[in-house]
Amino acid sequence: MEIFDNFPTMGRQDLRDFKNVIDSSFREFSRAYGENLENFFEPLLFFLIWFERCLISAPWPLIIVVIAVLAWVGSKSWYIVVGSVVAFLIIGYFGMWENTMATIAIISVATFLCILFGIPIGIWMAKSDRARSAFTPLLDVMQTIPSFVYLIPVVMLLGIGKVPGLLAVCIYAVPPIVRLTDLGIRLVDKEVLEAADAFGASYRQKLWDIQIPLALPNIFAGINQTIMMALAMVVIASMIGVKGLGVPVLRAISNQYLALGVMNGLAIVALAIIFDRILQKYGHRLQRHRQNQVHN
Amino acid sequence: MQIINLFKIFGPNPNSVLPLIRDGISKTSLLRDHGHVLGLSNISLSVPAQKIQVVMGLSGSGKSTLIRHINRLVEPTFGQVFVDNADILKLSRDQLLSFRRNNVSMVFQNFALLPHRNVEQNVAYGIINQGCSEATAFKRCKEWIDKVGLIGYEKHFPCQLSGGMQQRVGIARALATGAELLLMDEAFSSLDPLTRSDMQNILLKLQSELKKTIIFITHDLNEALKIGDRVAILRDGLLVQEDEPQNIILKPADKYISNFTSEIERGKFIKVSAVMEKSGQGAKLTLSSDMTINEALQEFGSYGQDKANVIDEKGNMIGFVNLKKLINSMIPPEGTGIKRPN
Repeated sequence: MEIFDNFPTMGRQDLRDFKNVIDSSFREFSRAYGENLENFFEPLLFFLIWFERCLISAPWPLIIVVIAVLAWVGSKSWYIVVGSVVAFLIIGYFGMWENTMATIAIISVATFLCILFGIPIGIWMAKSDRARSAFTPLLDVMQTIPSFVYLIPVVMLLGIGKVPGLLAVCIYAVPPIVRLTDLGIRLVDKEVLEAADAFGASYRQKLWDIQIPLALPNIFAGINQTIMMALAMVVIASMIGVKGLGVPVLRAISNQYLALGVMNGLAIVALAIIFDRILQKYGHRLQRHRQNQVHN
Repeated sequence: MQIINLFKIFGPNPNSVLPLIRDGISKTSLLRDHGHVLGLSNISLSVPAQKIQVVMGLSGSGKSTLIRHINRLVEPTFGQVFVDNADILKLSRDQLLSFRRNNVSMVFQNFALLPHRNVEQNVAYGIINQGCSEATAFKRCKEWIDKVGLIGYEKHFPCQLSGGMQQRVGIARALATGAELLLMDEAFSSLDPLTRSDMQNILLKLQSELKKTIIFITHDLNEALKIGDRVAILRDGLLVQEDEPQNIILKPADKYISNFTSEIERGKFIKVSAVMEKSGQGAKLTLSSDMTINEALQEFGSYGQDKANVIDEKGNMIGFVNLKKLINSMIPPEGTGIKRPN
């Protein structure tokens, strides 16, 4: 029977019309609202440009000192401070300073945005099962859909530039912090929560006094993952006009420049490792009550 | 504090099976045929003010469910709970929060301390929930840290303390709020025997000066008899007996309870007043009526007597007792699983 040999499709003409309808209506939508959206994101763009300029135009020793101080405050570990400084000196020596600063700028802003939206959504998901079942598939899509696919509508709406790049990075990087905030809060010991209830804690008191502090290790793991994923997106974001370490990598791919690709790739790795170690140490220090167990 | 006709049924539609339970359906058939679990069945209990009411039962008897109705951590299927003439089950959300903050506090089996807060912050937790500033709360909780013997440990985290010390923090936290009603859910069950006995003595000592109304849950009859002013025994969600400790031993309501009590060292819990006779001849030795039999026997031994007068707390002579009677009262009655020597 023919129907078993050929899959019953909707017909070539219908399919073409179907796609056309979607394309043209989205095009109309972007024509109608694209400018509004761009205006909406304008403050973000200004901030991003300003921050990037600050990092690039500041004298490099100052940046190194700031990085050393942040590394010390975060990790309290000399190894990490020295490692970070040496890594940045090498990056600068190989002529990647400006690109690295641009990358740090966009990663910082993206991470900030992810925290700003991700943690409250995670808290909401932990509170309401309905919110959780609504967000979980959305997060699945955000994490698994090929990044190029959502670059298309983003570029159609906002054109090429920093803001669409930033949005693309955020879409890709926000799921871990949402998921791990939700998980962290749900994993908080039920007995401790029962005690809080017994002592008349309101929802808000329970959240701030108990759930969030006890979920912090997981929330920190989420922030860490978010930064790692944002760094991984740097190359793809550079395809739509984000400056930074991704640009030379992209050039290296298209021209087969091995050394250029490896150098800039390793610079991204160095950034990732520095962020990761500092945050991990900081997360550990927040959990000092779990260490030095004398009994049990 | 009073509990009136309290029912708790777990399952998809508790109210639908409530009439069946009133008709006396068994727990097994309720689960098998109707898919509901009986938690508590028609519990009425009147808890004397400023006394320790023990609720004893094995696991699954519903004792933890019962205590959670009093601060409404568990909602009942049917019934009433009165504290100071207020029906707890009719409180609004805000009233309930205020009730939990000010009028009732709780001690938990596994301590349930806040692991990220130190001893001082844990003890102050209830006071801060009441709306006190941290500084005042720390000042007020100092006294309670002292009372449970944890001075010097204020800055320690719970994981740095032994089980017994953690539960002292739990007790201090519960007492610090100033609530008159104290719920203790198997508070000492997860401690080793020596620490447990220690903690029981601490509780009794605190109670002798504080005079709180305490509801104490336990699965250990020895503990129940030792610290309870009244003891209620739960079995499969039913209240089997409610009486003063020595009457649980002397007049067990049924075979189930007498099986328990046969293991008990009777001389520790039965008082002289329960075995004395109203009439008899005067003797040289005088005992007070609220002495336990063990204490009385010691007196007999050290004075080499075999008869004694019994006086009440005011010093009035109220009866007589002899050695033979005391010794007989220590032997559990027949049919309780312990063989009498031939």
